[in-house]
Amino acid sequence: MVIGKVIGDVVATQKVPSHEGRKILVVQPLNLDGTDRGEALLALDAVDAGVGDRVLVVTEGWSAMTSVGRPQSPIDMAVVGVIDSVTLL
Amino acid sequence: MFLAKVVGNVVSTVKDPNLVAKKILIVQPIDKLGKDAGQKILALDSVGAGAGETVYCCKGREASFPWLPQETPTETAIVGIVDTINLPE
Repeated sequence: MVIGKVIGDVVATQKVPSHEGRKILVVQPLNLDGTDRGEALLALDAVDAGVGDRVLVVTEGWSAMTSVGRPQSPIDMAVVGVIDSVTLL
Repeated sequence: MFLAKVVGNVVSTVKDPNLVAKKILIVQPIDKLGKDAGQKILALDSVGAGAGETVYCCKGREASFPWLPQETPTETAIVGIVDTINLPE
């Protein structure tokens, strides 16, 4: 899992049927200090996150598919949580 | 998933039977602003994408799922054609 910030979304009319009815979010992965970490990625939304939210993103197929409730479908990333706070000990 | 632009295609005659009648496209991964990001890769098309179109792709084992129950040997698949990318900030 990685921490990211939702910076937008993507509209796609023509797509695989199993992606229909789910938002495709543009997520910028973040370091713990809040700086950008690599390129923005696309993830299906499982928790109704919105632009500006800090979120948890799974970057592996099985967890992504099950979180959005679409098993056996081509999904490799999903937003599975909205982060309230991060504490470093 | 990640954003990419279709920049070409590959023709292969002798190939795995499960790849027959599927388009193999060359995609250039792009960043959120549409600029090239990294090396071009090959992706199998599941949505009827064409040259010049912005698409989003799925990576990993999940990339073969659009064709289930057929077991298609691919590690990257085009799973949607992007109409617009909304970046409010």
